[in-house]
Amino acid sequence: MVHLDELIERHIGCGSSLVAILHAIQDEAGFIPPQAVAPLARALNLSRAEVHGVITYYHHFRTRPAARVTVQLCRAESCRSMGTEALAQHIEARTGCRFDAEHGADIGLESVYCLGQCALSPAMMINDTLHAKVTPQKFDALFDAACAKEPA
Amino acid sequence: MTRIFVPRDSSALALGADALADAIVREAASRGVAIELVRNGTRGLLWLEPLVEVETPAGRIGYANVDEADLASLFDAGWLAGGEHSRRVGVVDEIPYLKRQQRLTFARIGITDPLSIDDYLAHEGLTGLKAALALDGAAACEALVDSGLRGRGGAAFPAGIKWRTVRNAQAAQKYIVCNADEGDSGTFSDRLVMESDPYCLIEGMIIAGISTGATQGYIYVRSEYPHSIATLEAAIGKARAAGWLGASVLGSAHAFDLAVAKGAGSYVCGEETAMLESIEGKRGIVRAKPPVPALAGLFGQPTVINNVITLATVPIIFARGAKFYRDFGMGRSRGTLPFQLAGNVKQGGLVELAFGVTLRELLFDFGGGTASGRPARAVQVGGPLGTYLPESQWDIPLDYEAYASVGAVVGHGGLVVHDDTSNLAELAQYAMHFCALESCGKCTPCRIGSTRGVEVIERIRNGDTSTKQVQLLRDLCDTMVSGSLCAMGGMTPYPVLSALEHFPEDFGLRPAQPSKAAA
Repeated sequence: MVHLDELIERHIGCGSSLVAILHAIQDEAGFIPPQAVAPLARALNLSRAEVHGVITYYHHFRTRPAARVTVQLCRAESCRSMGTEALAQHIEARTGCRFDAEHGADIGLESVYCLGQCALSPAMMINDTLHAKVTPQKFDALFDAACAKEPA
Repeated sequence: MTRIFVPRDSSALALGADALADAIVREAASRGVAIELVRNGTRGLLWLEPLVEVETPAGRIGYANVDEADLASLFDAGWLAGGEHSRRVGVVDEIPYLKRQQRLTFARIGITDPLSIDDYLAHEGLTGLKAALALDGAAACEALVDSGLRGRGGAAFPAGIKWRTVRNAQAAQKYIVCNADEGDSGTFSDRLVMESDPYCLIEGMIIAGISTGATQGYIYVRSEYPHSIATLEAAIGKARAAGWLGASVLGSAHAFDLAVAKGAGSYVCGEETAMLESIEGKRGIVRAKPPVPALAGLFGQPTVINNVITLATVPIIFARGAKFYRDFGMGRSRGTLPFQLAGNVKQGGLVELAFGVTLRELLFDFGGGTASGRPARAVQVGGPLGTYLPESQWDIPLDYEAYASVGAVVGHGGLVVHDDTSNLAELAQYAMHFCALESCGKCTPCRIGSTRGVEVIERIRNGDTSTKQVQLLRDLCDTMVSGSLCAMGGMTPYPVLSALEHFPEDFGLRPAQPSKAAA
């Protein structure tokens, strides 16, 4: 577990913004633990509501741990033109999970909007590793490999 | 020793370039062949990635779409001497897609190792900054005005006038902020600069700083671009160590330093005032303007906000002169634009050309038609807030004014191609859905209008094609265009209305239906 107070202290000291500190916490802990809100509010002289507001405003910040295998599929225009919606259906059928629903500990499916690989659509990330020109077959192989990998 | 180039930008990585580079080193070692592996940037010929290049006396020979499984046969074919192979695409500089471009901003891309300062200096690096240091700041701002450079993020505001405004503002602290929140689907030119030629952006920002009196810069990069962030941070560290950044830029009296600020997955933070809020650590809520950021921007101080491409174009303008740059382009759109061919296109990638090229030329002469091989039907130009152009509009020259005259936008130069299986009503509904997801919530037309937009388009698609529903959608779009604080709500109607206008059959409406409401 991250030593929240120490981490917050260190970042306040070098003038980091709330968003930058939240990034640092998530980079270390994998998510923003609820118990981070009060010390952040105290350290930055903000209300807890303001801190909560920032955490929940941004899609990137998680308030609970990510699933062991997290699939982030681009659903934006370029990927749509190359069949990402059909790919999404395939992924839901293959994993038995739904996109953007509450996820369990094992598999999470998330929609994202543009990974900057629009010349090589459709694109996705599986546990932060980027993949382009993804087909259903390629997804199956990548997904199986991610599931087979021992948790870090 | 033969030099082999394997790109390190995230497109190549997304197709396995790291594993490929390792495998090349292993294969060479097992054969007892000495090679020098260089991780260059991408050439922007993305459909060829991973594009491995081998340096030969005849030039750099490319091998496209290389897979680890090809390596044994490539070595057998003598690729280290440019040998024949089914993957061979010839001298990369001679590939027509590349050779026919006018690469100014992207002159170095893919040729150099993005993090090598020696490479950068050997390819005209810092020439622009040295020229700018010899000028008075006011003269530097005027030179930029003379070049005709307009903001490449989409709004196309003259960059030099913005710089002049900040220069003339009185304040103890001024800032340069680079908008690298490239969230538009179909765009990746900012990313290519950051990952494949980061020093060019850094040099442009330093020139902006010394010309306007700003001493601190921020590059706001979206969190979806971790490779860009890592490359920039490494490049900034090296630039600081080399004396480009810090208390004395290249030994001059000017101070300038840079930091990366990381976004957190909010599309609307690409809007300049929402971006400032985000850099300050707050929710990315749009600010009302005026005051303009040039007078009251980051932390309330005068701030130059330019997009990555704008700033990365500054060095060549100062290196070669305002006139050199201004001589490219047409009308009031001077210079070049890095177009991005994306979506359902056979040869997707970066095509930098002077303004005035047509969509048809880009789509067919460069793009080679659709990836699916089916007829192209619609091209969305300028990102999610840009219009869908039907084939009847593909011969309009890409120029800010010519596009504006038909209610379209050039925007950031991204082109997303859709083939004849596309459903423009579904895409219109998606545009409203995306606006609902990403609206910052500050103004009502955007926050509520987007949700109502999804509902009314859904009703039309479900068969209620009465005049009343269609009029409701048009009225709603009118309210969003006229009543929103920023482009998020104000331009989401562009794709919606253009889809309705040019592809009414997808909504279940009669194609011939007369209407006046172009966006």
